[in-house]
Amino acid sequence: MSARIAGFGATALAALALLALVPRLGNAYYLALAISLLQYTVLATAWGMFSGPTRYVSLATTAFFGVGAYTVAVLGEILPWPLVLLTAAALGAIVAGIVGLSTLRLSGVYFVIFTFGLTELIRQLVVWFEVNKSRVLGRYVFVNITQADIYWQLLVLTAAVFLLGWLIARSRLGFALRVIGEDETVAKHCGINTTFAKVALFTISATVMTLVGAIMAPRWTYIEPSIAFNSMISFQVLIMALLGGAHRLWGPVLGAVPLTLLFELLSARFPNTFTIILGCIFLLIVYMLPRGVAGLFEKLSTTAGGKPTQRVAA
Amino acid sequence: MAPVDAPWEEKMMTFLTRRTALLAAATCAATLGLTAIAEAQTSIKIGYAISRTGPNTGGAAVTTIPNYELWVKEVNAAGGIKLGDKRVPIEVVQYDDRSNAEEAVRALERLINQDKVDFILPPWGTGLNLAVGPTLNREGYPHLAATAVTDRAPELAKRWPNSFWLLGTSADAAKSLVELLNKLRDEKKIGDTVAMVSIADGFGIDLSSAARPALTNAKFKLAYDKSYPIGTQDLAPIVNEIKALNPDVFIAFSYPPDTLALTEQSRIAGLNPKVFYTGVGTAFPLYKQKFGKNTEGVMGIGGWSGDSPAIKDYLARHKAAANGAEPDRWASAVTYASLQMLQQAIERVGKIDRAAVIMDLQTGTFDTVIGKVKLENNMPTRYWWVGQWQDGEFYGIAPAKNEGARAAIVPKPAWVAP
Repeated sequence: MSARIAGFGATALAALALLALVPRLGNAYYLALAISLLQYTVLATAWGMFSGPTRYVSLATTAFFGVGAYTVAVLGEILPWPLVLLTAAALGAIVAGIVGLSTLRLSGVYFVIFTFGLTELIRQLVVWFEVNKSRVLGRYVFVNITQADIYWQLLVLTAAVFLLGWLIARSRLGFALRVIGEDETVAKHCGINTTFAKVALFTISATVMTLVGAIMAPRWTYIEPSIAFNSMISFQVLIMALLGGAHRLWGPVLGAVPLTLLFELLSARFPNTFTIILGCIFLLIVYMLPRGVAGLFEKLSTTAGGKPTQRVAA
Repeated sequence: MAPVDAPWEEKMMTFLTRRTALLAAATCAATLGLTAIAEAQTSIKIGYAISRTGPNTGGAAVTTIPNYELWVKEVNAAGGIKLGDKRVPIEVVQYDDRSNAEEAVRALERLINQDKVDFILPPWGTGLNLAVGPTLNREGYPHLAATAVTDRAPELAKRWPNSFWLLGTSADAAKSLVELLNKLRDEKKIGDTVAMVSIADGFGIDLSSAARPALTNAKFKLAYDKSYPIGTQDLAPIVNEIKALNPDVFIAFSYPPDTLALTEQSRIAGLNPKVFYTGVGTAFPLYKQKFGKNTEGVMGIGGWSGDSPAIKDYLARHKAAANGAEPDRWASAVTYASLQMLQQAIERVGKIDRAAVIMDLQTGTFDTVIGKVKLENNMPTRYWWVGQWQDGEFYGIAPAKNEGARAAIVPKPAWVAP
């Protein structure tokens, strides 16, 4: 077992080292694509970390991403970069803690709606503050961060997220969450502090999302609420995680990578019919891969060597 | 180098053959290079990423896309852009940025690195132009921002010497408006009560925070000063409150949807101050279509020299090319002028040399639909800041020193039943 883990760790490190060389290719387009891939990989994995085991569907990704981006907009030129990232992470954790404590008693569709509303709430708060207090809307981020720096930071964050997810899955917390996902009432009766477990994981996942927002912000120079709090991010991340399969730590990657590449391909080849094609593809995904790519792999490996089941082939 | 112990003749021979070989190689390379360049110049690749979906679509569809298409069509109909002594047609590569900053940046990186375009036309709007600024600067492409109004334009032009901010700063816009009001008051045409509303978004906040001190310094009485959130549906309460105050001047730093709503509501409520000024959208052809005769005397941001033959000709060509659709009377002509400037700069340089084109844009004088343009510190020296609908055309009225400035019609005529 430990030999397998060591082997896996070595492979992961090698992959990491290889990926770290991408900026050396010297092609800004591939670098931009790689940044996009990493961004969605981290977001979808962080989303899956909480929503996978607990089965709470969260649309708050944008809210945390935006908090991170806005922290950079406000503090980017004042504080040194590591401090900016730390502040962003702390802010994300605080917001997630408050939100988690007040809402994770909700369940099902109520939680979905609340998290969607949360993005709008935070965005309106930012607008209100900027309009009435600071009297500027739209801030400029001039920090000395190159595209390669953004890439490397995201790469480190990706590695950290996977490590964290792996550790959590093996911990008591991870076990508690799986029980909650199966049946929350049973979990309570087993003596699991369900609120603590849920809030803890929600906070961890949200902190990661906030960091992604902070790391990405220097790419745009100019940040205003509509840019930072773009609710498309929530939906894209959700779809990626679902396509990949949120019940596995490595599942969301299987959705994030192909979908990011697909978005890229569609916007390059079919700029004018992008949304129509995208809609059709989503329908196909939902009908053909209800348990995501990860589910498909599992199914294939259980029917070892056999044909895929009819449902998949349809 | 030849071996040291070799006889002298042998050394000489080696040297000669090497030199000959080198020369031959160089000649070959040069020839190949020339052919390559000659081949590359069968067309000029121009790329742009524009908002075809998302919240920016409206602005891009009125102001930017028709002008890009008109320009490309006209240039290609004339045989193309003149490089040296021949003309090469424009080949367009375009994407949808989906009104998203990240998408816009990536689309530009794709245009530059994958499609290898020769020049890039900017996206629509302040936010997206700022978002793509660093990329265009890093890659050395000229950036002619014709639809961005930002107070940091002078600073940005210094930071990114390849960028040109053709629509000016919001502080300037507010200053021109207050100057006009001041003059009207000196002429005893208006009193000194002003009611001001602004949209709680970039444009409204920038302009109202510039106008507020300017109005107070000019001893105007600011009887009403409030902002409303973006997407506000019912503006009747604001209009009714203002009507009760009976101001001489009504200023709205608004966006297109609320510009239309405020005008409509004012007509219904009978709010008819001596000066009625609304924001973005007043200069849109849609405004004229919707309000017809009621546009008479309405002031708004923007304007153009409606009497100039160049503008009249541009209007006719635009209508012919865009199925009868008219351009807006503010950024449209500036956008078209920016394309003329780019073309003239390329033709003067005579080859695809972006650094030289940027240099020419910084220093040259250009003949455009908005008149002669000579940039100073990468920005024009004259803008239209206040326009007024007069007899179905939106004429520039301020700054008054601009060539072709019309006199303001004050007081505004009463609203008529539609």
